[in-house]
Amino acid sequence: MIEVANLVKSFGNNTVLENISTSFQQGEVVAIIGPSGSGKSTFLRCLNLLEQPSLGNITVNEEEITLKEVNKIKVRKQIGMVFQHFHLFPHMTVLENVTYAPLKVRNVKKSEAQSLAKQLIDKVGLTDKLDTYPNQLSGGQKQRVAIARALAMDPEVMLFDEPTSALDPEMVKEVLDVMKDLAQTGMTMIVVTHEMNFAKEVADRILFLDEGKLIEEGDPILFFSNPKTQRAKQFLDKIL
Amino acid sequence: MNLDFSQIVPYIPFMLEGIWVTLKFVSVCIVVGFILGTLLALCKITKIPLLKWLADAYTSIFRGTPLILQLMIIYFAVPQLTGYDISAFLSAVLAFGLNSAAYVSEIIRAGILAVDKGQTEAAQALGVSYKQMMKDIILPQALKNILPALMNEFITLTKESAIVSVIGYLDLMRRAQIVGADIYRNFEPLLFAGLIYWVMVYILTMLGKVVERRLRVSD
Ligand SMILES: Nc1ncnc2c1ncn2[C@@H]1O[C@H](COP(=O)(O)OP(=O)(O)OP(=O)(O)O)[C@@H](O)[C@H]1O
Ligand SMILES: [Mg+2]
Repeated sequence: MIEVANLVKSFGNNTVLENISTSFQQGEVVAIIGPSGSGKSTFLRCLNLLEQPSLGNITVNEEEITLKEVNKIKVRKQIGMVFQHFHLFPHMTVLENVTYAPLKVRNVKKSEAQSLAKQLIDKVGLTDKLDTYPNQLSGGQKQRVAIARALAMDPEVMLFDEPTSALDPEMVKEVLDVMKDLAQTGMTMIVVTHEMNFAKEVADRILFLDEGKLIEEGDPILFFSNPKTQRAKQFLDKIL
Repeated sequence: MNLDFSQIVPYIPFMLEGIWVTLKFVSVCIVVGFILGTLLALCKITKIPLLKWLADAYTSIFRGTPLILQLMIIYFAVPQLTGYDISAFLSAVLAFGLNSAAYVSEIIRAGILAVDKGQTEAAQALGVSYKQMMKDIILPQALKNILPALMNEFITLTKESAIVSVIGYLDLMRRAQIVGADIYRNFEPLLFAGLIYWVMVYILTMLGKVVERRLRVSD
């Protein structure tokens, strides 16, 4: 459902992504791994046009989103994103955070938006926090609200940028569990992560980025047991 | 030194009416300054160079010249230039409103820039339009942070409003002067006016604190 062809992104004369081509199928869970600064976040942000690709094409559901005249809002409506630092709206309660986009972007009726939001908040296990403001939540709870907020737009694909990296160790599991459940429902997920166990267990495919290049791509079990490239070997040796 | 407040007693209603006149004028100026200031701030953060330049030039002019000069230009020079006989009230509102907008726009601009960039990205990623994002997500957070600075600007405006007495607008200050001339004693009416200004500013300060506390619920 997403095709990436010869994607290049540079900031000034610093080329951060070099000629990346890959595709993502409906229902697939893909983990993107690689060293810090390798361009993982930038790649993810190109997919929902938070960064404008410098060259190359990205197609979402047959529609080329890298064209100049494309409506970014329409593209982003289909793509949910979860950030490392949550970025919940601090002046809104949990319920308001989750209903905001459906109300204002999808123009859903208020009662409908609320019942949908409550369902999602229940799914991430935070029903008792509906009227709480984000600053009263733990990191893990914030991230689960952020996931519910993104899901409320009923996206076709979810992007996760290191969703557990800012969390205390004891909260990582609760967020990963929510993500596993989500994977089980058949959601298409593209996850930048340092959680190798999650990648091994949940992902259908691994993308390994290094210095802006897509070095290796393949089945998680094979990738972790027997990486094809020297770069991937070095990386895995360092972190495992 | 002999103070005799008994002589201003008959003038008290006349002076108290000045509170109303001053309040009316100040609140119109605050509204004008706030709305225009917000628009200017939005111009300053756009990527459109012309709008940015215009907003910066505007701010530079209004901050770089004395308020009393701006007031007198509007009141005395506009009729000379256009033949339109502008009223003291309108001149005062224009001068103070336009001037305040320049200061308010700087405050709001700084407030917007201080909002975490992640808020913009989260809103964009949800497909929220620029306008809605500004209105519902960025500005509310910015305003909360800059409320003390805005309150300060409003207090300054209230006090500085006494300058309009130079164009004969019958505000509190002007009334104090008139009473002074009438009874050949200046100290008592001026002191009385000073007390009223102080009370107004005090109330404004308290009001600011209440609003601030209200907005703090999410902290
Ligand atoms: N807005 C930007 N302007 C300039 N350079 C940028 C910008 N965003 C990213 N970069 C550069 O692009 C490179 C890749 O950054 P990116 O954040 O995509 O890496 P990453 O793989 O996500 O790293 P990490 O694991 O630390 O999050 C870095 O060298 C970074 O400095
Ligand atoms: Mg990153």
